[in-house]
Amino acid sequence: MVEIKTAEELNKKYLREGMWPTIFCNGCGIGVVLEYTLWAIEELGWDMDKVVFASGIGCSSRLPGYINADGLHTTHGRAIAFATGIKAANPDLNVVIFTGDGDCSGIGGNHFIHAARRNIDLTVIMVNNFVYGMTGGQSSPTAPIGSVATTAPYGNIEHPFDICGIAKALGANYVARWPVSHPYQPIKSVKEGLQKKGFSLLEFLAPCPTAYGRRNKLGDIKKLWKWYDDNTILIEDYEKTMNYGNEKEKEEIKNKIQIGVFQDIEKSGFFEEYEKLMMMLQEKKTTGEKK
Amino acid sequence: MTIMIDTGNYIAAKAAVMARPAVVPAYPITPQTTLVEGIANYVKTGEFKGEYICVESEHSAMCACIGASAAGVRTFTGTSSHGLLLMHEMLHWAALARLPIVMCNINRTVGPGWNIWPDENDSISQRDTGWIQFYCSSNQEIFDTVIQAFKLAENEKVLLPVMINYNAFILSHTSMPVEIPKQKEIDDFLSKYKPRWKLDVDNPITFGNIILPADYEKIRKDMQNSSENAKKLIPEIAKEWKKIFGRYHGDLIEKYRCDGAEYILLAMGAIGAESKVAIDNLRKEGLKVGLARVRTFRPFPKEEILKLGKQADLIVIDRNISVGSEGALFSEVKAALYDKSDAKVYGFIAGLGGKDVPYTDIEKICKKSINGKAKDCEWYNLEGV
Ligand SMILES: Cc1ncc(C[n+]2csc(CCOP(=O)(O)OP(=O)(O)O)c2C)c(N)n1
Ligand code: SF4
Repeated sequence: MVEIKTAEELNKKYLREGMWPTIFCNGCGIGVVLEYTLWAIEELGWDMDKVVFASGIGCSSRLPGYINADGLHTTHGRAIAFATGIKAANPDLNVVIFTGDGDCSGIGGNHFIHAARRNIDLTVIMVNNFVYGMTGGQSSPTAPIGSVATTAPYGNIEHPFDICGIAKALGANYVARWPVSHPYQPIKSVKEGLQKKGFSLLEFLAPCPTAYGRRNKLGDIKKLWKWYDDNTILIEDYEKTMNYGNEKEKEEIKNKIQIGVFQDIEKSGFFEEYEKLMMMLQEKKTTGEKK
Repeated sequence: MTIMIDTGNYIAAKAAVMARPAVVPAYPITPQTTLVEGIANYVKTGEFKGEYICVESEHSAMCACIGASAAGVRTFTGTSSHGLLLMHEMLHWAALARLPIVMCNINRTVGPGWNIWPDENDSISQRDTGWIQFYCSSNQEIFDTVIQAFKLAENEKVLLPVMINYNAFILSHTSMPVEIPKQKEIDDFLSKYKPRWKLDVDNPITFGNIILPADYEKIRKDMQNSSENAKKLIPEIAKEWKKIFGRYHGDLIEKYRCDGAEYILLAMGAIGAESKVAIDNLRKEGLKVGLARVRTFRPFPKEEILKLGKQADLIVIDRNISVGSEGALFSEVKAALYDKSDAKVYGFIAGLGGKDVPYTDIEKICKKSINGKAKDCEWYNLEGV
């Protein structure tokens, strides 16, 4: 096998050249998320014939179209429900979902919740850019309070979703959040998430300079990356300060977005449990018949 | 009166805000986005004083409209394509609960085969939900119809929700000059909404209770009767509008150069507007062709169409296809004539997925029919199949 060393070689190996150029704007973080995912797959040495990418609708959901592998570009918010079907039909396939904050936590929130609760063996990669990018910048359920959007020109007054917090509470096996401005941890987390049996969620804070940045004085991509540095904190540091810091230190970090691995457990998933159940019932039937 | 030069969506937003709804729940979808963004802007400027909610899906948008309307206030929303399809369950609910909600739907293609261009299959597939359906052909008609729709929906003889359809981009994103009346004039035309039934703590009622078959059937029949009432009211409201504001877009259908016509073309929405150019050109050539632009698909203008069928042969263009059958307008036109007219009816499917239908094509469609070369239902200008 040829060793891949550069991003260019990586792209050549995994992407559909005929689909270039992509729809992504300059400075968009979605391509970075794709890059991290492909590095993870490359490092794991996965056979792409065993991987299926599913997505809903949004800029981020366009990703499967660019990858040279099977893909199902579905309807807005429903990718996880479609993916559950793929996994049920052929549990040997590795099913990866690309979704946006709107797609996953808004219109598709219910599917997300139930897949996490059932601990279905899927890897959900959610690109969180705080906005509905594809439709031109409407406020999303993860938008920070006060942020400006075309549907909230007066500034958002709704509390944002903590999607990792929800996944963790629902008992998903693997839950992590990283800004794309961190290069190494994301790839490691994607690798862990892909390999994990059961439900994994990888949330990426990724810039949308066009629909979010410009309206929030973060149109300059450098400013957006700096925003991530200034407004995120490692889970461990957050907890340390909250446990041992003084009031001023606590106040300073109170509203920061925590990043890192929130959960890494081994709980059996829906299909494993179902298989066990089938074995038990079938066994009962055959032993019963013998009697 | 002022003149506002703007796109169909911003004009619809202006009309909606001037109708003073108390609640507007909405979820964005291309090509409707600028309609909700327009309303959000009126919140910012203080011109809209109602509650505007960025809900998390179209299903939720219609649910919130239903809740608000049941609580006794005027409600408005807008959507398109997959958004409308996601509302489907709630469209039935709103109509059966007899809630006078007004909604704009921007006609857009349904996926997969992801496509944002105009196509009427989204709203045609909602025709049995009990909603009144208008199809507009200009931004002025959008403005006027939104205001008129509240008056129609809220009339106790009707009490059915109204969907105002207009084509993606051709109208939603194209600017035209539109006459905007003064707020006071709109207020005078549209009296305050005072529902006879609403959720009221002093006089509790329940919407959506369990009901036995015989009563259920009565509810359906009552909807049908109300829809018949709407047929009478739509022309009355149009007449009143004309008297006050001097503008008129037709009743259930808009007739254009039908006098002495031996062939009458039937079309809806933007194709209906484009057809006027075709008709003028054909008339110049001495061909006796007129146009009947169908403004309401529900209630269906059966009687008017029968009148046309007694006068001329009919040519129908559908920007939709009921797969396994034919164009929806074509079917309904033939059903309206059944056993009562000998008119020939020619059907054409054109412009699906947003394929352009210029007046030159419409002229060809008419000539083909006049020359007796049209098939029963033809896919016009289909490429490479
Ligand atoms: C049922 C339905 N409603 C609305 C839309 C319109 N729509 C397309 S993408 C999108 C939002 C996408 O936002 P997000 O998921 O955050 O992805 P991003 O584009 O930011 O990557 C919306 C509202 C749709 N396609 N289908
Ligand atoms: S609109 Fe935003 S999310 Fe979409 S491609 Fe552009 S930068 Fe990326």
